[in-house]
Amino acid sequence: MTSQTIDRSGEPLVRAVNVHKSFGDVEVLKGIDLEVYPGEVVVLLGPSGSGKTTFLRLVNQMETLTGGRIWVNSELIGIEERDGKLYRRKDSDISRQRSKIGMVFQRFNLFPHKTAIENITEGQLVVTKKSKKAAEERAWDLLNQVGLTDKAHVYPSQLSGGQQQRIAIARALAMDPELMLFDEPTSALDPELVGEVLTVMKTLASEGVTMIVVTHEMSFAREVADRVFFMDDGVVVESGTPAEVLGNPKQDRTKAFLARVRR
Amino acid sequence: MTQIGAAQTDGARPGTIDAIPVRRPGRIVAAVIAGAIGALIIVQLIVNPAFDWAFTFEAMNQSAVIRGFIFGTLTATVGAMVLGVALGVGLAVMRMSENPVLRWSAGVYIWFFRAIPRYVLLLILGAAGAFAVGGLGIGIPFDREILALFGIDGTMRIATIDLNKLSTTIWMAILGLGLSEAAYMAEIARSGIMSVDKGQWEAASALGMSNGETMRRIILPQAMRVIIPPTGNETIAMFKDTSLLSALPLATEMFFQFRMIGTATYKLIPSYAGATLYYVITATVLGIGQSWLEKRFGRGYEASDAKQRRKTKVAVDPNSNSLRFAGVDH
Repeated sequence: MTSQTIDRSGEPLVRAVNVHKSFGDVEVLKGIDLEVYPGEVVVLLGPSGSGKTTFLRLVNQMETLTGGRIWVNSELIGIEERDGKLYRRKDSDISRQRSKIGMVFQRFNLFPHKTAIENITEGQLVVTKKSKKAAEERAWDLLNQVGLTDKAHVYPSQLSGGQQQRIAIARALAMDPELMLFDEPTSALDPELVGEVLTVMKTLASEGVTMIVVTHEMSFAREVADRVFFMDDGVVVESGTPAEVLGNPKQDRTKAFLARVRR
Repeated sequence: MTQIGAAQTDGARPGTIDAIPVRRPGRIVAAVIAGAIGALIIVQLIVNPAFDWAFTFEAMNQSAVIRGFIFGTLTATVGAMVLGVALGVGLAVMRMSENPVLRWSAGVYIWFFRAIPRYVLLLILGAAGAFAVGGLGIGIPFDREILALFGIDGTMRIATIDLNKLSTTIWMAILGLGLSEAAYMAEIARSGIMSVDKGQWEAASALGMSNGETMRRIILPQAMRVIIPPTGNETIAMFKDTSLLSALPLATEMFFQFRMIGTATYKLIPSYAGATLYYVITATVLGIGQSWLEKRFGRGYEASDAKQRRKTKVAVDPNSNSLRFAGVDH
């Protein structure tokens, strides 16, 4: 919200250099450079098919990188360098890296056979091996934070989309992630439910959670983002503060996109 | 306003509909035909001298029959299904593995055991003693050949099983039916696993769960919903297929005993009627058990919503989601 408070003198939490990704012959990302500093909220904007979601999925290793490098907390993602050679990381190593990155999906992906609170404790019990008591304590805190303590023992199918997404955010936060990724978190919601999810996200931003957000919610980008990256056709066209990119875009592609979104 | 029909009330807005239902003569015809066929069957069951119900009930009460039902038929059903499900889920996971050797081996297994009829498989297992005349050795494979390389004539074995004795026991029955069942269960389990949304894998691995943890805790419990109904059918089919165990032959099995009674007394139909009653009654009970299991594993889905609502009370409060969060302009 206040870009002055972000300290950009140290190491960035996320550093992406010349990131390339191809699916077969189709090149989706054509050299992305991007840095996210601790406490920063970065919003990725752009038309569908521009590669925003693919970039998020690369950070969390849902897809494997074809070129370039991504560091999270100064550690290479997916690969490691030993004696001047690159090695793919083992599955267990990839799981460890993922456990420190929270991800929120467009379609929530809550575990339907587990209640809201079980969804939130699952990762703590299985991955971080916390005791049931400790995991539940944390879960109640998070339920309180997203305003759903009364839904603790309810299955996802009985929750509205907005409530499901808030539980999904709590589930990701339960792992105490260094970084939160939001992949179009409000795109699958009915319009009247978007606000409650964005409110939770705003609170997180104000608490200093580092976030990369793919969204079409211009108000969120304008009010919450520290920096906005406008992507099109696999490249970053323009980046800067929301005022710069949204208020005074320099590139024609950005202007055209914003004109279409604003209508 | 014009008057339409007699039911129109005077000038008031139309009220409750009390219309004459459409005639459905097909139902009456079907009822008559079904009733006639049913009556025919019941009359035959009573008057036809081929039946001898007193004898049937006496045969059903024989201790050899009851023991065969419990220690043969039911034990083989349960044992073969346990083996079949465990092996089948393992095969399904192998089939979907990234390891090509595992994938291929599971494919060959499923191909072979789906191709061979159970009756033929059981006949072969009944004659399995011929494969290892001196008994089946358990130890180091190719022991004879390895020792021969060093000029020694001998074996390296820790135990030897006499297949001739084993082949007519409940163990061989469970093994034969279970191996065959595993091939079918593998396909059922695979379709169940594939029915789970890809997003579930992504959500679990995003939390840092390993593939094995995700499979056990997230995917398989959800796959169960798809796996249970066909597994219930498989169990009922397996229960009936235990009658094939006379191919081994397994003497401690219910149908084997009914056949013995039938051939010894020349009262074939009354004996088989007894077996039929056992099969029909048990299959009905199994069917009830299956629908209970389906409900149990439908947790978190529509089927058990009503129960869940009773437990939590707040689940259906439509206002609770807007209590804390006012809308944001966007």
